Amino acid sequence: MRQALPNLISVYPELLMAVGAMVLLLAGVIRKTPSIDRLSRLSVLLLLGTLLVLWLLFFRLEGRVVTFNGLFVMDAFGLFMKTLVLFGSIAAILISGPYLKEKQISNYEYPILIVLATLGMMMMISANDFMSLYLGLELQSLCLYVLAAINRDRQRSSEAGLKYFVLGALSSGLLLYGISLIYGFAGSTSFDALALAFADGAPTGVVVGIVFVVAGLAFKISAVPFHMWTPDVYEGAPTPVAAFFAAAPKVAAMALVLRVLFGSFPELDEVWRQIIVLLSVLSMTLGAFVAIVQTNIKRLMAYSSIGHIGYALIGVAAGTEMGVQGVLIYMAIYMTMTLGAFVCILNMRSRDGMSEQISDLAGLSERDPMMALALAILMFSLAGIPLLAGFFGKLYVFLAAVNAGLYTLAVFGVVTSVVAAYYYVRIVKIMYFDKPVVTFERPESKSLSMVLTITAAVNSPLSFILIGPLVQWAAVAAGALVP
Amino acid sequence: MLSEYFPILVFIAIAIAMSLAFIGAAVLIARQNPDQEKTSTYECGFEAIDSAHIRFDVRFYLVAILFIIFDLEVAFLFPWAVALGDIGLYGFFSMVLFLAILTVGFIYEWRKGALEWE
Repeated sequence: MRQALPNLISVYPELLMAVGAMVLLLAGVIRKTPSIDRLSRLSVLLLLGTLLVLWLLFFRLEGRVVTFNGLFVMDAFGLFMKTLVLFGSIAAILISGPYLKEKQISNYEYPILIVLATLGMMMMISANDFMSLYLGLELQSLCLYVLAAINRDRQRSSEAGLKYFVLGALSSGLLLYGISLIYGFAGSTSFDALALAFADGAPTGVVVGIVFVVAGLAFKISAVPFHMWTPDVYEGAPTPVAAFFAAAPKVAAMALVLRVLFGSFPELDEVWRQIIVLLSVLSMTLGAFVAIVQTNIKRLMAYSSIGHIGYALIGVAAGTEMGVQGVLIYMAIYMTMTLGAFVCILNMRSRDGMSEQISDLAGLSERDPMMALALAILMFSLAGIPLLAGFFGKLYVFLAAVNAGLYTLAVFGVVTSVVAAYYYVRIVKIMYFDKPVVTFERPESKSLSMVLTITAAVNSPLSFILIGPLVQWAAVAAGALVP
Repeated sequence: MLSEYFPILVFIAIAIAMSLAFIGAAVLIARQNPDQEKTSTYECGFEAIDSAHIRFDVRFYLVAILFIIFDLEVAFLFPWAVALGDIGLYGFFSMVLFLAILTVGFIYEWRKGALEWE
């Protein structure tokens, strides 16, 4: 069977990244004393270049383009998610510099691993077959395991890497088992073929397969009851790595959930809705209640991210185009909020080194009013207070749930977000009303301030201007996924 | 249906006969001069029965991982070589690309000093 060359145009961004990452790796290893700063700058340039190619390419392509024998798909949904992921990765590299210097981590592989993980995420987002899905997922995961353990002389970091690796391997196993069951019944791993095969119902074996696949993916988005790795990994991994984990891979894994559920099982929504509703309710509840007792701010952010995934899953459970639109809006806003919050954590540096205690934030409004203001905006936005961006995110998923008739779920979401508001607002209270104990000396870094300013600005009431275009763009992307 | 398995039965019979022949020849013809080292179990240079919680040189581990990578490469190369006539230029250059990526990894591990024993 002789084949012509596949349509390579739609994979130009990925090709550029793959070649660029390997060139950077060689450039780093051939030099005697490679500079992590220079490689970080080059990696950011590479990611920006990819973003540019991605956008130029999209104006040339019409609608949905499938290539590599149906393994790879490029559409408006992919464009939306890839743009988010690329922004998340760029921000993650930008904010890493001062922390790496402080902890004397000088592995020049660090930015290259982020680039390779991003490549894996782009492959995941564009997967149109369980095989390419798995390849992308593993490329991403393997890079993330190494990143979690990059500070390998510190026990906590090694522990985080190992824990993440073991549980990640378990989740991949669950996923593969589910895929094998589905393949056994359908005779194909292609999403398009699966959608046709199960157009009018599916046997029980397939339902079991779907449960396993969703469980495997729930590990990756850290939805309860598959969340147990999240707090430990966030706490143990270096802070910029935790920021990266909370942003880009979450977005990519959520894209994967949407792609699998809406791409391959659009007619089985009654089956997977039950699982998604359960995951959503458990995540929201645990995220809201367990975060209250946390004293370490990185653990708090971990439980916060679990809760936010629960809210995003409300939109998935709706199972409609509007629901997908809500998830996309939610993930975009969530990414800016969480990145901003992590920049604040990176700024918590006193004379004794980096601090991670919430109590150390006391009196921040006197010592560093600008950072206190930024963190307050981000915390209110995470809580979903009206006028701030986080409110719009919740609004659209709740609306989608109500329109789909999931009233109980929407009410549950509102109730848990009230509970969750307690610990976000508590941080604001500590910053503004408690007596100061420590003075932070912010690391001198333009990129940190820049990321913090941008994330705080887009989450501030300015979001009124930005939310309109975002909603429209998300509608186009959701329309591409849900026919 | 069952008759299709007949060649396998023949294969098993030949395998058993040949292995019996080799062991039998060693017992009957070869000179026997056992000592303690010769009769003990050989387990890749480790004590066969020992505590599992021993430290061993991480370099063994590294070599094993590097071996697996190149072993797998060969496992991919064999079917590719057999099918080369049918898969055309596209198939040919797919493998060349794969080897190129592998070479990047090889250069990396070489420069990192992973191949130096001392």
